[in-house]
Amino acid sequence: MADTLTLTATSPCYGLLPKTLGTCTLTETDLGTLTSVAPFKGAAISDALKAAHGMAFPAPNRATGKTGARAIWFGRDIALLAGPAPDPGLGDLAALTDQSDAWACVTLSGDDAGAVLARLVPIDLRPAAFKQGHTARTQLGHLNASITRTGPDSFLILVFRSMAATLVHDLVTAMESLAARH
Amino acid sequence: MRLPCPICGERDRREFYYQGAAVALHRPAPDADADAWQDFVYLRENLPGDHEELWSHDAGCGAWLVVTRNTVTHAILGAKLASEVAR
Repeated sequence: MADTLTLTATSPCYGLLPKTLGTCTLTETDLGTLTSVAPFKGAAISDALKAAHGMAFPAPNRATGKTGARAIWFGRDIALLAGPAPDPGLGDLAALTDQSDAWACVTLSGDDAGAVLARLVPIDLRPAAFKQGHTARTQLGHLNASITRTGPDSFLILVFRSMAATLVHDLVTAMESLAARH
Repeated sequence: MRLPCPICGERDRREFYYQGAAVALHRPAPDADADAWQDFVYLRENLPGDHEELWSHDAGCGAWLVVTRNTVTHAILGAKLASEVAR
């Protein structure tokens, strides 16, 4: 008996993306390692994060760093380190939890990206109120989501991995109806 | 209805979960007498007017808030973090 079983890991949106409709493109984004960083009371986490990964611990509703290594505010007293594997030294200052396989991460970009999200998200995402480097925990349709502006016309969107198909369905439906208006 | 989350700013009601009167922050001591526990578990004032309530910002930052809401007009008069209100 020499049967071997080979399992291949697939991404959360495997087979669903990318999609381009009208002026918008929705792609799956591989953020690398995702680690939640929940600082212990009074820990000087921001300095340690800066020394280890080059970005400050984000204030509420803000993201720091850049593509490849971001820290995204992720809720009360918690941030998501996206990109590098966390420096082990951070473990003395914060509770670190690997969440790499727990989130579906997509990027919505294009002229109408803001208009697509305006149909689904109950907060003001216009550039005047939601600038580059701003992030929010809010809802997208019925999904709890993390939304970060990564450019003038691009947003990084995270939802629980189990909701990936619903996320794509909701976004694509909104993209289709906007594209139909052109 | 919009609630002013001290962390996230003003957000739509749909992001929140409602937990009722903010009595949970005033739990009697474990050895308190039966009357105190009877009050805590069952008895509510339920007066019309300004009311302190617990709301969880479920779809946002996750914090528990004490929101002051007028039960007659539904006016929201303010919100504080429950952790700052608790004894």
